[in-house]
Amino acid sequence: MTKATPPTGTPVIELRNVSKTFGEVRSLSNVDFAVYPGEIVGLLGDNGAGKSTLVKTVMGFHSPDPGGEIWFGGNRIDDWSVARARDLGIETIYQERALCEKQPIWRNMFMGREPRSKWGLLDVAKMRSESARLMSDHMGFTSAAVHPDNVVATMSGGEKQGVAITRALYFDANLVILDEPTVGLSLTETKKTLDFVGGIKKAGKSAIFIDHNIFHVYPVVDRLYVLDRGKVAGIYDKSEISMDELIERLYHVARTGSLD
Amino acid sequence: MTAKTKTSKATPQKPKDNRVGPPSFWRRYVSQIGIVGVGLIMWLAFVIAAPEVFTNKNIYLAFAQTTPQFGIIAIALTFVVITGEMDLSFPSIMALGTAVFCLLAQGGLAWPLALVAAFGTGAICGWINGTLVAFLNIPSLVVTIGTSFLFRGLELVMMDGSGVPLTAQDYPEMHALLRSSPFGIPVQTIWMVVILIGAWLLLNRTRFGAHVFLVGDNPTSARLMGINAVSVKTRAFILVGIMATFSGLMTSIYGFYFWPTTGEGFLLNTIASVFLGGTSVFGGTGSVAGSFFASYIIGAINAGVVAAGINAFYTQLAFGLVIVVSVVLQTLIDRRTKRQSLTGR
Repeated sequence: MTKATPPTGTPVIELRNVSKTFGEVRSLSNVDFAVYPGEIVGLLGDNGAGKSTLVKTVMGFHSPDPGGEIWFGGNRIDDWSVARARDLGIETIYQERALCEKQPIWRNMFMGREPRSKWGLLDVAKMRSESARLMSDHMGFTSAAVHPDNVVATMSGGEKQGVAITRALYFDANLVILDEPTVGLSLTETKKTLDFVGGIKKAGKSAIFIDHNIFHVYPVVDRLYVLDRGKVAGIYDKSEISMDELIERLYHVARTGSLD
Repeated sequence: MTAKTKTSKATPQKPKDNRVGPPSFWRRYVSQIGIVGVGLIMWLAFVIAAPEVFTNKNIYLAFAQTTPQFGIIAIALTFVVITGEMDLSFPSIMALGTAVFCLLAQGGLAWPLALVAAFGTGAICGWINGTLVAFLNIPSLVVTIGTSFLFRGLELVMMDGSGVPLTAQDYPEMHALLRSSPFGIPVQTIWMVVILIGAWLLLNRTRFGAHVFLVGDNPTSARLMGINAVSVKTRAFILVGIMATFSGLMTSIYGFYFWPTTGEGFLLNTIASVFLGGTSVFGGTGSVAGSFFASYIIGAINAGVVAAGINAFYTQLAFGLVIVVSVVLQTLIDRRTKRQSLTGR
């Protein structure tokens, strides 16, 4: 197995020996995974390789089987949960978008982290005005076209993705996870999303980027994890492998289940 | 200046977006406007059918005393329906909570402590419902049919099937709280308004309320964003349990007597109020103000049908019709917002 030289420093997030079993199905087995500050990590693998399960474990949605450990900034954390992960600055743009379609944009934007005023009541005025600002500043919607009170169900696929991306951006996350963010997007929307990933690195923050399309992943990442049938099949530094070599290896993995 | 305008005209511009702006007032409040409209039309019909009854203020005082008996439960039940669940056990909780109050007060406990125990009982019943539904993921209709018999059975065993008189001499404070008319306004309706304001704040201005909408709309999305759906649903059921107990006490004090059958006959009109109020059967949308106004309409149907000289059996028919028609209308509106065809195919 090829091993990349690991970046130095303390990982933002680290999974040690993590397995995840759903009934009879073992989605992850003994996975070691780490993301260091300021790097973009690509996650590649076939359908069913365990990419989404890995992401949802990092995010606290799935808890690892006994024996698996989650480390954040050098500390082992036992009661890992989505709320905890978000409090510590990890945001995810999920493949399934995780929006509530019958709700207005402002409720979706602040879902799970609603701002409160000093009385402990929801600051609805702030939620509305911030949503309007974010939509025109970051999503490029003219304020006349989309109003924060519009329900998400009436929006196009790209606009919905825009809400999900802007939401992750708003909370100023240290680590952004993008799970297949370009699926179903138009050419311009895809470019915008890839620019967004580049922006994360410029801001000195980390990201995990998952995409089926290797032509999207390769140019923006620093390191690559290749998953196969729930196992880490290889870790590459971008400097040690060209895109053609990588594609060759991925075919090989898909056929034989190993990189060698 | 002129040159500038000319150049800006010459530059090719992105075609104007054809999407609509903010949702219109009409679109946002269509269900609320609908309820008020239905209420007005019905009221006019009753005034025409029985003018001598409906121009007399006594009938309105009677509404104001009896409607809150189920209306306060309808307000609480709105939370549960928005989370996408249903509670059919509240009539039994009304009886069980009140039974606990009666037994403790009869046994010599001070009335405020008996009251606390009664509300505690209601809260525990709600917690049991919520835990079975949300934690174990059993369909709420099935769970609450079961617990409905369970709570009713427990109450009948505790009371041995007999009632308790609740006279004004024995319970002066309870009568002052639940049966008086300060400044000529029946206290029941004052309670209902207070509960409406509290419930509105809870639903629209707290995190719990925001999560009620999100969990009912898409529980998976809510969980992915870190919302504890089990806790949100459980708390909604606890709210119904507490309000059902309050209603049981109010109803029993109103009749000066606690009947072991308390709560029977409350199921249909309470559920009809929630659905007529514009709360969706599919979860995710709803309004406590809608349930509030709809309760008075449902109360008026009951009184109006009798006063208009129509056979009282027609009230059942009217409630059934209200539930079916409002659920059908909601489905059609829901399909429209999802841009589906009306039959869903």
